[in-house]
Amino acid sequence: MDRHVAQALLRTMWRIRLFEERVAQLKRTLVVHGLIHLSIGGEGVAAGVCAQLRDDDAVYSGHRAHGHAIAKGAPIDALMAELMGRADGVCKGLGGSMHLVDKEHGFMGATGVVGGNLPLALGSALAQHLGGTESVTVVFFGDGAVQAGHFNETINLATLWNLPVIFVCENNGFAEFTSREEHSTIERVSDVVAPYGFERETVSGSDVPAVYDAFGRFLRDAREGRGPFLLECLTYRRRGHYEGDQQKYRDAAAEDEWREHDPIARLTDSFGDDAATAEIEREAAAEIEAAVRFARDSPFPDPETPATLVYAP
Amino acid sequence: MSETTFVEAIAASLARAMREDERVIVLGEDVAEGGPYLATAGLAEEFGRERVRNTPISEGAVCGVAVGAAQSGFKPVVEIMFIDFITLALDQLVNQAAKAHFMSGGQLSVPLVLRTQGGAGQRNGAQHSQSLEAWLTHVPGLKVVMPSNAADAAGLLQTAIADPNPVVFVECKALYFRRETVPDPPPAVPIGRAHTLRGGKDVTIVALSRLVGDAVDAADKLAADGIEAEVIDPRTLVPLDLDTLARSVRRTGRAVIAHEAVTAGGFGAELAAQLQAAAFDYLEAPIQRVGAPYTPVPVSPPLEDAYRPGAREIEAAVRVALEWGEYDAEPWDKGAVAAP
Repeated sequence: MDRHVAQALLRTMWRIRLFEERVAQLKRTLVVHGLIHLSIGGEGVAAGVCAQLRDDDAVYSGHRAHGHAIAKGAPIDALMAELMGRADGVCKGLGGSMHLVDKEHGFMGATGVVGGNLPLALGSALAQHLGGTESVTVVFFGDGAVQAGHFNETINLATLWNLPVIFVCENNGFAEFTSREEHSTIERVSDVVAPYGFERETVSGSDVPAVYDAFGRFLRDAREGRGPFLLECLTYRRRGHYEGDQQKYRDAAAEDEWREHDPIARLTDSFGDDAATAEIEREAAAEIEAAVRFARDSPFPDPETPATLVYAP
Repeated sequence: MSETTFVEAIAASLARAMREDERVIVLGEDVAEGGPYLATAGLAEEFGRERVRNTPISEGAVCGVAVGAAQSGFKPVVEIMFIDFITLALDQLVNQAAKAHFMSGGQLSVPLVLRTQGGAGQRNGAQHSQSLEAWLTHVPGLKVVMPSNAADAAGLLQTAIADPNPVVFVECKALYFRRETVPDPPPAVPIGRAHTLRGGKDVTIVALSRLVGDAVDAADKLAADGIEAEVIDPRTLVPLDLDTLARSVRRTGRAVIAHEAVTAGGFGAELAAQLQAAAFDYLEAPIQRVGAPYTPVPVSPPLEDAYRPGAREIEAAVRVALEWGEYDAEPWDKGAVAAP
């Protein structure tokens, strides 16, 4: 893998990792609010996919969205302010962790209803198709969304209409508290869509170059108006379903097992340049602390704000 | 002026909007074939199947696709064939479309029209005959429009398509095929403005959709007895033109609200609450509500006919409102009230 690309991916992953570790702390002290779902362990998917997208490409995400927003280019300080419910948040403090939007960078939205983002993404791809652009839409979702009705409806429509949408499934083996085998008899999501006959691939989400390469192949075709595609990334959810989840349903992972799944550790090991990678981590840490200061200094929204945003003018 | 029907006026209005703005697209089951009521007849022939898209029977995803396309700058008009099936699209409508502008801090907007039709009268049974508009008025972020005639339908549809917000456009199947005379072309009708069809000083009848015609019939009948009823059609439920309604009720002192939906929890309850707050000191009688009984819609003809409220029920409600307080309470009633 090209060294500059690898460095960029590592940088994105560190920004996500440190942002989320800091958010976990701030959640414990109730500075950050609401249900918080972290993607620690799965940063490689957000990084490997979004690194190849442009601002005019649309990304939709679900409830575990911080990493996707960061990787797509949303400003970290405004994201942190949003999680703290502040006026300078990316959604003026009205969205929160599960409903992040940064339209300027093509992060068209996270949604708290599992599977609800899938048809929205297809609508975006329909607009791209009808508008004659070469931009594409990517939608991130978990394996839990595959059992929702929206999934089959959307996959069927996407195939029927050949729209430039890339479905990226982060299969972490858990739907909330329950393992995949209790939700479905089909282990691989790429097998669920097999009868539709479009191109699909399953890779390890911890292997960032593999994510990058597989997604890149789909993206080239999607840019020419072909689709849909499905990329299934097997990821490792380091933390609970949400912060505060006691995780009684799973055994604590041994540290050596975690090391094997950690996309940052794996990419760092392949570098062999400890000074450069340590510098990337240091820069990201400084950026996160600046974001926390920015967010803490931002006021809560004006009480009049909600009533002004129910309808578009 | 030209002669048309409600459903032809809808099709003509859609065609006009599609001619004027290529971002307007139409999605739904069988829309390229015109649909079961021909509300989209001729569109696929004129605009092609890229812009007039037949969809599978996937109300949830189809509504979501329309929301996503709207967020990306298109103006989709999505058809849910019967309002009964809106249940399948409610996640997209309630959780996505209605909240996208708000939750994004104003970054996103959803210029979407969801056309659907409700109401009983065609012996279709309880899953193809409901009047569910009140549910939708309970969700901030949605606008809800309910035209009662062809000219308003055409004019409101133009405005709804131009609106930057999700508008649920609730038609009534029983109104679709009556011959009506409309201006050519029908002028745009603003969302949020009621229409007073008939003036009167004795009672205000606020009627929705099909019941507007019945209210006029009832008013004609009452006029023979010297009773002057004012008939107002709000035309849009959200936003509501409360001023026009309240001004009338303050003048007449009595109000009857009529819709085809089940009375309990119907939009009439909200209208009554808003009107009593706005006109309490002027009311001579409790506000009367006319609606369907608290049962699913029956399919058997005599049962369905009895189920559907109409001019007779409105007339009866007006007489109750007028007779209220005609006599002083009897002494024993007063005693009963005063007893501990």
